[in-house]
Amino acid sequence: MTLAPERPATTPATGTRLVDHFEHGLDAPICLTWELTYACNLACVHCLSSSGRRDPDELTTQECFDLIDEFEAMKVFYVNIGGGEPTVRPDFWEIVDYAVAHHVGVKFSTNGFRITPEKAARLAATDYVDVQVSLDGATAEVNDPIRGAGTYDAALRALANLRDAGMTDTKLSVVCTRENIPQLDRFKEIADEYGATLRLTRLRPAGRGADVWQDLHPLPEQQRELYDWLVAHGDGVLTGDSFFHLAAYGDALPGLNLCGAGRVVCLVDPVGEVYACPFAIHDRFKAGSVRDAGFAAVWRDAPLFADLRSPQTGGACTRCSAYDACRGGCMAAKFFTGLPLDGPDPECVKGNAADALAAVEAGTRPSPSQDHSHRGTVRNAPVPVSIGRRPPASPCDESPVGSSRDVPALP
Amino acid sequence: MLEQSWELNGSVAIRPEPFGALLYDFTTRRLTFLKDPRLVAVVEGLRDAPTVGDALTAAGVAEGERPGFDAALRRLAEQRMITRRTA
Repeated sequence: MTLAPERPATTPATGTRLVDHFEHGLDAPICLTWELTYACNLACVHCLSSSGRRDPDELTTQECFDLIDEFEAMKVFYVNIGGGEPTVRPDFWEIVDYAVAHHVGVKFSTNGFRITPEKAARLAATDYVDVQVSLDGATAEVNDPIRGAGTYDAALRALANLRDAGMTDTKLSVVCTRENIPQLDRFKEIADEYGATLRLTRLRPAGRGADVWQDLHPLPEQQRELYDWLVAHGDGVLTGDSFFHLAAYGDALPGLNLCGAGRVVCLVDPVGEVYACPFAIHDRFKAGSVRDAGFAAVWRDAPLFADLRSPQTGGACTRCSAYDACRGGCMAAKFFTGLPLDGPDPECVKGNAADALAAVEAGTRPSPSQDHSHRGTVRNAPVPVSIGRRPPASPCDESPVGSSRDVPALP
Repeated sequence: MLEQSWELNGSVAIRPEPFGALLYDFTTRRLTFLKDPRLVAVVEGLRDAPTVGDALTAAGVAEGERPGFDAALRRLAEQRMITRRTA
């Protein structure tokens, strides 16, 4: 990545592709994630935000309302609320109601534990609120080692409550892992059964995900399987533009196929810090705080965002025939695996990251800037892996890096 | 279409952007992008223009460019971003 001093004066000519416009940044984000709290009743092994314990400095209810007012003024038409588990905030429903009343639609992610029949009925009666239930295995045997004991049942109970309350178009959100890629069809069946839309996203090595990424990211042949499955299902499955690194296989997948960090996407964390994207909660990608001059000032004036909106160099990737398709992949995935930002994605489908990954020395990956993980025991802790994971036939089956790095064991 | 009266769908909001604007439908939750500032002016001008053709004229769209704008407006109509004005 080139760090240019300021946003370039040149703007693309009329007729330029939309993605080229997007690379220069929008006047306001169109995909804004707002993590409401670091508190969570679970301790998922791959949590992007290393959530668990509430931060004492989290935005107050009034500060949340003020932020929503700003979103309304900027015409941020909807926000994706997450956490932590957002429903554990006592003022969660108040904040949702305030947002909806101020023309800011809400889609919130939940593990489903608190989506009771009563809450489901309330959601079904509220226009402009979307619910996304997380499930990372189509069976409890695959899901619970990742998300925690009892979480499979809780997610399905929430889906049933939402369906029975008449809620339409619930999202079933799945992080794709080595363990669940063989279950893609089953996930689709579950979604169909509950009248939900399946949403598949990429496992990112961010937060606690950095500790398990090496063990859980899809194997190379699984990436191909996933790509083919996504192409076959087209617009019927949502991806949040997660998989644009797979576009290097050939046809682009539906969506923008662009890293939107700081250009069309950003994240506001529970204490009001603004980051370039939801997968980059790290000081390196912190643009500023809504508590200083407000969110709009950060979005418009942060030097980090100006850098991201200036022309990027693809580095070594520009010599690759697939560069126009994948654009070098995910910035956060590179950063947290210790790779240079202007080189290939760690899951480059051409295998171009293998050497660089192998060259990353143990202990040199960026350490997290924050960790709100639970310190004590958690009632719904991830269950120890007992699903008979066979040792790989060869180190290359496990990872293109082989056995040259220490692979952390799943808790 | 050029002889008809149209307007922005009541559930759609316009957000100006450097390249033009984005339209958001609060009902369908669909986003659409207008990449030509004159198209934005046309869409914004529909309500107060007797016909779509008048809105094009007011936005300074030349005769030879009308087919392109007509096609763009038809796409917006299919997406129900703009609707027939009945009153």
